[in-house]
Amino acid sequence: MSRGRADLAPSSLFDKLWALHRIAELDDGATLLHIDRVFLHERTGGVALQSLAEAGHPVHRPRQAFATLDHIVDTLPGRAGRGDRTLMPGGEAFIRTTREATRAHGIRLFDLDDPDQGIVHVVSPEQGIVLPGLSLVCPDSHTCTQGAFGALAWGVGSSEAEHALATQTLRATRPRSMRVWFDGQLPVGVGAKDMILALIARDGASGARGAVVEFAGEAVRALSMEARMTLCNMAVEFSAFTGLVAPDDCTFDYLAGRPHAPQGALWPQAVAAWRCLHSDEGAAFDAESRLALDQLGPMLTWGTSPQHASAIDAVVPAPESSRDAAAAQAAATALDYMGLTPGQRLAGLPIDVAFIGSCTNSRLSDLRAAAELLRGRRVAPGVRALCVPGSGAVKRAAEAEGLHQVFLDAGFEWREPGCSMCFFAGGEQFGRQQRVVSTTNRNFEGRQGPGVRTHLASPVTVAASAIAGCLADPRALLRTP
Amino acid sequence: MPPFTEHTGVAAALLRPNIDTDAIIPSREMTSVGKTGLADGLFAVWRYLDAAARVPDPQFVLNRPAQRGSSVLLGGENFGCGSSREHAVWALKEYGVRAVVAPSFGAIFAANCVRNGLAPVLLPAAQVQALAEVVAADPKYHQLTVDLLHQRLSVVDGPQFRFSMPDEQRQALVSGLDPIGQTLQLGERIAAFEARDRALRPWAYLA
Repeated sequence: MSRGRADLAPSSLFDKLWALHRIAELDDGATLLHIDRVFLHERTGGVALQSLAEAGHPVHRPRQAFATLDHIVDTLPGRAGRGDRTLMPGGEAFIRTTREATRAHGIRLFDLDDPDQGIVHVVSPEQGIVLPGLSLVCPDSHTCTQGAFGALAWGVGSSEAEHALATQTLRATRPRSMRVWFDGQLPVGVGAKDMILALIARDGASGARGAVVEFAGEAVRALSMEARMTLCNMAVEFSAFTGLVAPDDCTFDYLAGRPHAPQGALWPQAVAAWRCLHSDEGAAFDAESRLALDQLGPMLTWGTSPQHASAIDAVVPAPESSRDAAAAQAAATALDYMGLTPGQRLAGLPIDVAFIGSCTNSRLSDLRAAAELLRGRRVAPGVRALCVPGSGAVKRAAEAEGLHQVFLDAGFEWREPGCSMCFFAGGEQFGRQQRVVSTTNRNFEGRQGPGVRTHLASPVTVAASAIAGCLADPRALLRTP
Repeated sequence: MPPFTEHTGVAAALLRPNIDTDAIIPSREMTSVGKTGLADGLFAVWRYLDAAARVPDPQFVLNRPAQRGSSVLLGGENFGCGSSREHAVWALKEYGVRAVVAPSFGAIFAANCVRNGLAPVLLPAAQVQALAEVVAADPKYHQLTVDLLHQRLSVVDGPQFRFSMPDEQRQALVSGLDPIGQTLQLGERIAAFEARDRALRPWAYLA
């Protein structure tokens, strides 16, 4: 899809995406980029649209903007009869403002009564709103999730979202580029969540400072679209501008026939163009690194940054082993917050809560993998366990397979779609100093509630821990027939 | 937005790495739809012994008498990582912060700063540390000057450091111009791009 330039130098996927959207080079060194899709949610969508209206700016292409309700909606079972009620104080105003503002601007909203409502980064791919080669922004840092489709998708603030809505463009400084190769094959019981946690643990939470990170290698090719989304989802926890996976047949098969994907004669035309969206042999990157997977085990965080992660069979590291004094101080603070001591074994640490959900791990394959372990087993006494499907479509598909019954029989809550308790917004929360093993993406201090201790892990690790009542290695259960 | 050329003010050091936007403004402090009413929630978890009752923690740097009216923050690596919430910047701005100096920033946070007239100043960790030590001795006397025109940080009777800020950010701050208004002036170029692009990528256009 070149723009008719005789540009024969090998290009990276990111080079191609940048070139596709470049409108102009501005005097100040920024590039004016075309934005194909803007996705909003109720936490900031209402503010952005109100602010635009106050400034007298119309939305340039309302048909290319979408909105969903996910961040602060009630996810307790049986939501349908409760209208806009939500446990977050003042939450209803966010929902109503977003509903009114999207209606006024003619923007499609996945409202509470929409069968496809759900978390933005689950809904957008399901609906074919994100496509290879598109640029997409959303005022949510995990928008990088959608880079799994070979789209340039990144999180922005409200003001940037306003700019994109009003002008269909953003001013951006070209980010650095980086490629991470995953070598070898994933062992049984190990998945995309473990891959990304291992990478961030090795290179640090600032390891990709502002770079567009392309994930490459046979292991990435072998991942399903949903697993690729998990991988790209946590690129922002690596300080990346965004993550990318080159599109391939797996991508096209996923998208074919989805509501907003190209239809009819446009489909083969689009796929032909998308097949060019890969890094050419010899393409240059500002940095490249490799990570071998053959020895990788299930990963688990022990601290308050995603970089504080270890293999499940490891012990809590000593802060002194950190890369520098500041990191050592942060690790010591983290251990204090988490109530852990160096040398302590992670496996076997009693838990209070198991949480499955979020834009990282709430898709059908995540739920299937967890249910596989839970089938015929029960959550340990005293452990509270929740499963929050990422969207109405995920929930329906899971229920069609009977997965909800597996979760319910095991003692899990089976909830309505939304971001739920991935973060504490003032409504529902876990208790102070409760230990939560969670498929979410952030283990920051207070992320899931004041004083809450979060351990990030994969869905199978969370399921295994729920059954054991403590942090547990899923491989032990996977080996038992 | 008022242009930002130079600012002098009391500086406060919060040097822990990875201070995320939820630490800057906890999600539960974002209770109304809008960009204001956030200053009281700034750093709520650290600033108050009891956030609900707003009982200040005297140990927290911004609560020390000598730090009253701090308008420059010295931060650690990856300052403003985490959620893209612009509320973090709105809260800082409402509190009176005009600049944050750190070895690295969350990318979205830095962009949000610029859009709101706050200067995100990059400075190597050792130099941030040196500034922190000087201002801690007497924050009122050792005020910090952020000079965007000359890309210079200086402290009264203290060190001076040069910094480098991407042109795009610096010009946006110095001009104080409304970016949407500026971009709309390029409307013809945008329309021309869209006309060409639509022929190449019709599926990208939904109307």
